[in-house]
Amino acid sequence: MKDRVGKLKAVTGRTEFSVFLGLLLLTVAMSIASPFFLKTSNIFNVLSQISRYGIISVGMALVIITGGIDLSVGYVVGLCACVAAWLTSQAHLPWPAVLLLVLLLGTVIGTVNGLLVTKMKLVPFIVTLATGKILSGCTLLLTKGMPISFESSLAWLGSGYIGPIPVCVIIMFLVIIGGSVFAQCTLTGRNIYAVGNNERTAELSGIKVKKLKCSVYIITSLLSALCGIIVAGNLYSSDASLGIGYETDIIAAVVIGGVSMSGGEGTVWGSLIGAAIMGILKNAFVLLNISSYWQSVVIGIVIIVAVALDVLRVNKKEK
Amino acid sequence: MGDSVICELQNITKRFPGVVALDQVNLSIKKGEILAIVGENGAGKSTLMNILSGVFPPSEGRILYEGQERRFSHTREAQELGIAMIHQELSLSNALSIAENIFQGRLPKKATGLIDKKKLFQDSQKLLEQVGLGGVDVKTLVRDINASQQQQVEIAKALSLHAKLLILDEPTSALTPAEANVLHGVMGKLREEGITMLYISHKLDEIMKISDRIAVFRDGRYIETLITKDTTVERMISLMVGRENSAAYTRARYMSEEDYNSRPVVMEVKNMTVHKKVQDVSFKLYQGEILGITGLVGAGRTELLQAVFGADKREHGEVYIEGKEIKIKHPSDAIKSGMGLVPEGRKAQGLFLEMNVRENMSIVNLKDQISGFRLIRRQEERKKVTEFNNRLRVKTPSLEQKIVNLSGGNQQKVIIARWLMNNPKFLFLDEPTQGIDIGAKTEIYDIIHELSENGMSVIVVSSEMQEIMSLCDRVIVMYEGKVSGELIHSDFEEEKLMTFMSGK
Ligand SMILES: Nc1ncnc2c1ncn2[C@@H]1O[C@H](COP(=O)(O)OP(=O)(O)OP(=O)(O)O)[C@@H](O)[C@H]1O
Ligand SMILES: [Mg+2]
Repeated sequence: MKDRVGKLKAVTGRTEFSVFLGLLLLTVAMSIASPFFLKTSNIFNVLSQISRYGIISVGMALVIITGGIDLSVGYVVGLCACVAAWLTSQAHLPWPAVLLLVLLLGTVIGTVNGLLVTKMKLVPFIVTLATGKILSGCTLLLTKGMPISFESSLAWLGSGYIGPIPVCVIIMFLVIIGGSVFAQCTLTGRNIYAVGNNERTAELSGIKVKKLKCSVYIITSLLSALCGIIVAGNLYSSDASLGIGYETDIIAAVVIGGVSMSGGEGTVWGSLIGAAIMGILKNAFVLLNISSYWQSVVIGIVIIVAVALDVLRVNKKEK
Repeated sequence: MGDSVICELQNITKRFPGVVALDQVNLSIKKGEILAIVGENGAGKSTLMNILSGVFPPSEGRILYEGQERRFSHTREAQELGIAMIHQELSLSNALSIAENIFQGRLPKKATGLIDKKKLFQDSQKLLEQVGLGGVDVKTLVRDINASQQQQVEIAKALSLHAKLLILDEPTSALTPAEANVLHGVMGKLREEGITMLYISHKLDEIMKISDRIAVFRDGRYIETLITKDTTVERMISLMVGRENSAAYTRARYMSEEDYNSRPVVMEVKNMTVHKKVQDVSFKLYQGEILGITGLVGAGRTELLQAVFGADKREHGEVYIEGKEIKIKHPSDAIKSGMGLVPEGRKAQGLFLEMNVRENMSIVNLKDQISGFRLIRRQEERKKVTEFNNRLRVKTPSLEQKIVNLSGGNQQKVIIARWLMNNPKFLFLDEPTQGIDIGAKTEIYDIIHELSENGMSVIVVSSEMQEIMSLCDRVIVMYEGKVSGELIHSDFEEEKLMTFMSGK
């Protein structure tokens, strides 16, 4: 028993640390297994894959820390990607207008999610599941199921490079750093943790809980909208299938990174490590020529392991 | 009561990172007795009981139970041997019925695998009768019964496990004297049935009344066991604190009638009404006054405070500060106009359990420690927290310790510090000394007194008669949501207060 408690403590005390070790191990294993893995081009390829999840995971981590969840992110990505393409190719708007409108769309979706959760006191799981459905319908209505291709300087966000580094990777690091500073060093960040710990206590401490909870949904949708532009820009084309399934990968990244599903605990930068693990795993299947069907199986298992670790943490808490 | 020993603890030591919570403790528990465990906050009482009930193992030492050495690696193992503990914080599920709570995880099943409702209800009913709750329907949801009834349900749950050794950790800290009496009655009955009980409480008069022996702890060490009928409260206190203790608390001075005529009214509450809880209550608060609000549980005291503070929905009611009406829609508005509230029920309304002492203490005042870039000034935060930590003498190995690891009383001090740090003009304290030891209580009273001398106005909601009588300049008594009486200090009499409390 003593032993088990000790081990548990080691796991719980430094979740991010042990996850980071896992990432290192995976990297070493992959570089042995495949000579291509450590090639600069492959590394940037992996990083730009990760960036899609990495950017949104910052918002998702904040949402989960407040004790909520957002299942609509993937559909926000899809809708925003298509709207960006449509506004450019059909409405012929200049790129700054497109950027602004798409980000505005993200904000509106986030606000709707946030208000439904806070004002109507609906369960976040159901609310975002439903808004996700609605958004996916809207995307299909807009595209009529056909891809929309477009030409725009906006595509630079998804396919441009600064030196050897993809722009989207730089954006990801900026978002992660910004998100971490926000969560760890600002008053609002501290309050987000407080709300996740105990809403009632937070309310009585003068924290405007509803406003705060609403704002994390807005941040998440806004980042998803940004990600939508990146994804569309990467392909110079959008269709309704973009973004599908993002929510699972992102939630997995966040939980692997040490954020507790029961709220109040974890860090934003931990999700970067989580996203990296997911990204490398996916890359591994490509490089090692394993059927992509196995990919789903393995990733599912990784998620279960991560959630199981989270449950162990919570159980220990209750002692 | 026989003299045979049911359980013997030998050289128990428990270390947590940075703290020795228990240091070579020896204790023998006699069969069928009520053994009270007393000591200051952080003395290690709860820790020892957790070890005995299998929550965690000791770092060193042996447990002899019914003559055999035992090592529990889980509470279930202790329960199987008849050791059950009722924790300082209740663990019932509010949304389940009484019966489901009693048999949680062990619901009786029919051959078909479905729950055997009939047996469940019958068994629960029997247990409820045993703990003096015979009149209550076992299908009632736990959230619909009051705090003392919940305690009784906890006991029924313990009895359903065929407990021989029952551990009660501060069961009465949230109960009114009348409710505590009921609980003591139940304990007396259980003792007659031969059940051994360990009873932790900071209410020393209760201990004198109910216990057979008293084991005193100080700073993680076992000091001495007293025979209750041969000892006095004074002797017990001096052993607990390690020095002779002064008599009951009194302030140097209280506000007189003249003071009331000369001092300004700083806050006035008019026609405060909260649906079904508070009806049309108006009162004034004077500068530098300590105003007590008392009454039975459910009289609407807490709701009144919370409504003034903007935390409870009010139907109507106005708050005036220095003559001007203040619109309070949210606690943040109340805080802006200089109010602070230490709520009742630490775990539910006061703590951020997974956050550390520093974060718990600075949460309200943090807005004043923000740099130009809107970042938290860590240094300043730490400095301020350290200052208040020392001022309230919070016992913690470090400011980075998670608050959930502090003893109950020390958690309470952190919450009080949270508000003092924000330097309020009006401080509302709801049962401020719940679960706080006698030494720390005096310290907190001294702090409240000093604050009031410096012009702060304080409202104390308390069920403890002694606390109201020795601390307050004036008291308002509530009964069923209305003010039923008001007295100033010079007119304080226990009988009068009791009459008001019962609404007569
Ligand atoms: N899980 C833990 N981790 C670290 N320290 C702990 C833990 N549990 C208790 N402690 C420390 O052990 C000491 C004894 O705590 P304990 O809860 O037993 O006190 P107590 O006598 O029950 O006090 P109170 O009357 O305030 O409830 C305290 O200093 C406390 O901070
Ligand atoms: Mg305790």
